[in-house]
Amino acid sequence: MGRRVLIAIPFLWLLILFLIPFLIVFKISLSDYALARPPYLPQYNPDEGLWALISQLDFETYAFIFSDSLYINAYLSSLQIAAICTLACLALGYPMAYAMARAPKRWQPLLVMLVILPFWTSFLIRVYAWIGILKTEGLLNVFLLWTGAIAEPLAIYNTNIAVCIGIIYTYLPFMILPLYATLERMDDSLLEAAEDLGCSRLSAFWSITLPLSLPGIIAGSFLVFIPAVGEFVIPDLLGGSSNLMIGKTLWVEFFNNRDWTVASAVAMLMLAGLIIPIVLFQRQQERDREAGR
Amino acid sequence: MSQTSAVFAPWAEADAKPLISFDRVTKSFGGFIAVDDLSVDIYEREFFALLGPSGCGKTTMMRMLAGFETPTEGEIRLGGEVLRDQPPNARPVNMMFQSYALFPHLSVADNIAFGLKRSQMSKPDITARTEQMLELVQLKDFAKRKPHQLSGGQRQRVALARSLAKSPKLLLLDEPLGALDKKLRQQTQFELMNIQESLGTTFMIVTHDQEEAMTVASRIAVMDKGKIIQVATPGEIYEYPINRYVADFIGDVNVIEAHATGTDTATLTRGEGLKPLEASWGRLTAGDGKLWLALRPEKVQVSVDAPQGTSNALQGKVIDIAYSGNLTTYHVEIDSGQIVMAQEVNRRHLADRSITWEDPVWLSWDKGAGVLMRG
Repeated sequence: MGRRVLIAIPFLWLLILFLIPFLIVFKISLSDYALARPPYLPQYNPDEGLWALISQLDFETYAFIFSDSLYINAYLSSLQIAAICTLACLALGYPMAYAMARAPKRWQPLLVMLVILPFWTSFLIRVYAWIGILKTEGLLNVFLLWTGAIAEPLAIYNTNIAVCIGIIYTYLPFMILPLYATLERMDDSLLEAAEDLGCSRLSAFWSITLPLSLPGIIAGSFLVFIPAVGEFVIPDLLGGSSNLMIGKTLWVEFFNNRDWTVASAVAMLMLAGLIIPIVLFQRQQERDREAGR
Repeated sequence: MSQTSAVFAPWAEADAKPLISFDRVTKSFGGFIAVDDLSVDIYEREFFALLGPSGCGKTTMMRMLAGFETPTEGEIRLGGEVLRDQPPNARPVNMMFQSYALFPHLSVADNIAFGLKRSQMSKPDITARTEQMLELVQLKDFAKRKPHQLSGGQRQRVALARSLAKSPKLLLLDEPLGALDKKLRQQTQFELMNIQESLGTTFMIVTHDQEEAMTVASRIAVMDKGKIIQVATPGEIYEYPINRYVADFIGDVNVIEAHATGTDTATLTRGEGLKPLEASWGRLTAGDGKLWLALRPEKVQVSVDAPQGTSNALQGKVIDIAYSGNLTTYHVEIDSGQIVMAQEVNRRHLADRSITWEDPVWLSWDKGAGVLMRG
């Protein structure tokens, strides 16, 4: 009995804070835009019953989204930016995680703390700080002009490059930590065994270290990719008005156009698109657990 | 090849060339000297055991042979060639790691083929060799399994097959049976010996288990604090330890301190009013002075009545009896107050044992039963 109560707690949590809101958003996405408050129809009327409500729902909004290239493009550009940022995080994070895992044992807790350290400051403040660095008269341009490396200030702020810098900076720890975790528990004698059997240092890395760190690569990539696709704050603050990532499109629909039905449908489609990588990620985690590694 | 000489003892032949020779090798880590000015020759086809407590330098010696450490001073030669500048992947030496170090992402067959794929060998040859190794360690049915799907004993055999696949001139085994339980360990010791004999590969094993070393090795080097104290066959090490450290490390032993005189036979005086003992000089040259008599418990007889016709007989009192099924060890306090262990094979049933605690008994042994040591 006590055990059931214990299991019920997370389910209840998910039911109230995820499943019910999800159903509400899904229902809105199936409604029609209306000049009303809230701005959609139909709304639940206790006199007519639930069936009357359901019979008025339709997929019109979804059809509209698929007919307008704006949304498709926003979706594709989000995927593209998220993919680029994931690869960049991997390229930057792997050497860092590797160096951390190979550092003397007594240094490792300190290094892990340094990776987590940025979380001690609010995410929003850190993104604002990047504005100060990247804008036309910002720190970076002032410094580069001073060194004489450039004659004209670089226009990074309000471009996709700034968005990528922001995403990479913000999500790098999520790449480093799972990579470090897999690399750190790797037995050093495996590399010695590989060398003993004829590998050079480099080929031992390719044939042993890299495949064994694959779970970490996959975990880190998903942890960066999934939230990066739906990222709103970073493209809003660093990307300017030209940026059309899906999270930002959603925000514009909801707050500027007050079109809740389109905003909800966009959110539903984004979730549907992300379910595939999320399920893949879950399956990988399960396989790891089964392998006992 | 003549098989006429039944005894395998290349170390006793004057013109035999060693496969490996440590030539005054020292290895220090910072201020710690792990291996101290050590010289030893190891011959082809030997099963050589490095035996000693942890921290005695035996693992460092092995890692220098594999190429993971470089000697601080001195040289190691393999077949006459100095090994110093050869990286681990260029040495005709393979190692079986204590943790087995099996690659968890590769199947049993791929683990075994790992080294072969990094050599010049052709694909069909690799497949054939892998098959052969799988057969050698009786794991044919497990070729496709991953290491985590195997038992401890099977993993040990995969590690062995992998390290033997490249037909190394020298196989290093670092505590190879340490992770196995006792029954399996004993069985595997014989398998190891059979494999070593059938392949003719030189094996060098590092162990802290003296029984294991005694069972498998052609010669044992007993090490302490970076030095080899004695190198000899298991029988030699057991019967003629050169000092108290070796005597104590291998098996149980009674060590009796005495002052020796005499030429043909040593007369051992132990102190005022104590009965002198007799011992043959054995391999020591006769000479007066302080020394120690090492006496193995199984060479001491226990009797209720005074024994006749033995050179040494002492009266004492039974303090403790350790019964271990096949053997009984009596702890007897002798005249000097020292406790001497005497061991008997239990040929009779336990209920028929005539000696019990506090009983006065006689201990006796032949003058040739013990061995005299000056260190």
